[in-house]
Amino acid sequence: MKNSLAVTLLLAGALGTAASAYAVDTRARFIAANCSYCHGPDGKSRGAVPSLAGLEPGYFVDQMKAFKDGSRPGTVMKKHANGYTEAEYEMMAKYFAAIK
Amino acid sequence: MTINRRDFIKASAGAVGTAALGNLAGCASVQTGSAGPKVVVVGAGFGGATFARYLKLWAPQAQITVIEPNTKFVSCPFSNTVLAGVNQMEDITMPYDYLKQAVDNFVPDTVTAIDTAKQTVTTAGGKTFAYDKLVLAGGVELLFDKVQGYDAEAQKTIKHAWKASADQTGVLRQQLEAMPDGGTFVMSVPMSPYRCPPGPYERACMVATYFKKAKPKSKVIILDGNPDIASKKPLFLAAWKKHYGYGTDNSMIDYRPNNMPRMVDAKTMIVGTEFDEVKGDVINVVPPMRAATITGIAGVRDGNSGNWCTIDYRTFESKVTKNVHVLGDSTLTNFPKSGSVANNTGKMCAYALSEEFAGRQADPAPVVTNTCYSAGSESTAFHVATVFRWNEEKQSMVPPPNANGISSEESELEMAYMESWARNVWADTLGLPESYNFTAKG
Ligand SMILES: Cc1cc2nc3c(=O)[nH]c(=O)nc-3n(C[C@H](O)[C@H](O)[C@H](O)COP(=O)(O)OP(=O)(O)OC[C@H]3O[C@@H](n4cnc5c(N)ncnc54)[C@H](O)[C@@H]3O)c2cc1C
Ligand code: HEC
Repeated sequence: MKNSLAVTLLLAGALGTAASAYAVDTRARFIAANCSYCHGPDGKSRGAVPSLAGLEPGYFVDQMKAFKDGSRPGTVMKKHANGYTEAEYEMMAKYFAAIK
Repeated sequence: MTINRRDFIKASAGAVGTAALGNLAGCASVQTGSAGPKVVVVGAGFGGATFARYLKLWAPQAQITVIEPNTKFVSCPFSNTVLAGVNQMEDITMPYDYLKQAVDNFVPDTVTAIDTAKQTVTTAGGKTFAYDKLVLAGGVELLFDKVQGYDAEAQKTIKHAWKASADQTGVLRQQLEAMPDGGTFVMSVPMSPYRCPPGPYERACMVATYFKKAKPKSKVIILDGNPDIASKKPLFLAAWKKHYGYGTDNSMIDYRPNNMPRMVDAKTMIVGTEFDEVKGDVINVVPPMRAATITGIAGVRDGNSGNWCTIDYRTFESKVTKNVHVLGDSTLTNFPKSGSVANNTGKMCAYALSEEFAGRQADPAPVVTNTCYSAGSESTAFHVATVFRWNEEKQSMVPPPNANGISSEESELEMAYMESWARNVWADTLGLPESYNFTAKG
């Protein structure tokens, strides 16, 4: 009884830390970093390629879908959009939207 | 942000491990003391620099040592524009200052010995560093002795310019400037696999663009070791036709497939192939290449007759030696040997190790991409782009349907994107701040 209470308390404490330490979706962060050699570190571009940081998530996902189905013409984005799932569009949209 | 159930369980396991049980959750082979795992990175090119920077971002507890002899980063991408006279060496040279600030230890030295049993590396300067994880990102080794006569003396005259530097790219540009109008530039393409498949054909375009303006009676002869143009063939052919008269009697570019240079003579200025002897006023032979010298020292050149390094796609760990990871051009993968890939896979390796250090599994189904822009003329460019995803059936990383292709045609818009790509990949690799003043022009 005593032990299991200790474990419970320990878990509760640990989870407190966990929530803050692991609140990052590391897969979303990695997939989003795939884009930075063109869109800039953290999606902040240093040139003609548009920035992704701070884009409204709905707009972001719509653009990815539009590149994929061809309704938005582009040079290179159709190939990149075809390589990711719609769930991944959502993950990345959320990640970039949160960058100030 | 919400945490899903899987993350919740993983997170609690990691946190309990750290809080109450020491490092049970960590990988047994990594000594995660209070100082964090020791990671030694050999080479701060596109692969090593990106890896080091991102590992520090994603696993701040890691103790990262980067060993690199060059005082500044000189970019191979865009170095062909220096041959065209569009940019100068300064424009493709960037500081390591920001990378130095990002990592724990930046050592200006060359690694000369590796003990994979003791897990140490030793430098020419006599320093020894212990590692938990070693990352070899040394680029490529050029095999001059595969070309008869390409000795140290000949190398004073004949430049490869396949590792960008003032002594290579800079001198080759000077030679082109000194060449009289009506002269011949002889260049070569090594047999695949080699660093930057479209690079040689882009080089032909950039030298021809300079000749067209400054020395219109001059010629570019391409001696290709391969049976055909190895990358973006329709786009290069279109650019050669449109800008340099290819296919006419007056073509500035003379393309010769199946013509591997076997010998050079720097005194008589001759390149010999199996069939021919070709005389040039300026000669630019790129010798055959293999994985960086340091991978030979580490004993991890296991692939393709012992020339390249095979890796586990999920972690970039060498298939022959534990805790040794290989990045960039040294690896034998489905990816082309490009700066984009070295940058992107550097992050993939940083991601895998940061997950391992946090007591989690590396992502079992990673995704990475390549895009290579090439300039067809001073104002136009085009691309090849591919997304690679883990395929369980093939146990490999392959492009999903329609996630691979080339530009429909060259354009000025893509030249603007190529310039932007260069700035962004340099910034991403070296940690250049938003205020950094780029001078390279597309
Ligand atoms: C002419 C040309 C044009 C190109 N254009 C493009 C392009 O447009 N787009 C593109 O994506 N790619 C391009 N590339 C390809 C790109 O340059 C390479 O793919 C990329 O540099 C590979 O990165 P890397 O980290 O493997 O090697 P490198 O970038 O070569 O870095 C290796 C580093 O390791 C260091 N090193 C080596 N040995 C040791 C040692 N023993 N100890 C310590 N340090 C060591 C070296 O000094 C070097 O800094 C081009 C290449 C060329 C030659
Ligand atoms: C090779 C360079 C390159 C890479 C890599 C790349 N992009 Fe793009 N991106 C572009 C270019 C160029 C455009 C402009 C449209 C076009 O020409 O295709 C663009 C446009 C976009 C837009 C529209 C932005 C707006 O403001 O309307 C979004 C969204 C986008 N990219 C997302 C991504 C994501 C997500 C990734 C990574 C998975 C990515 N891109 C990878 C070059 C790139």
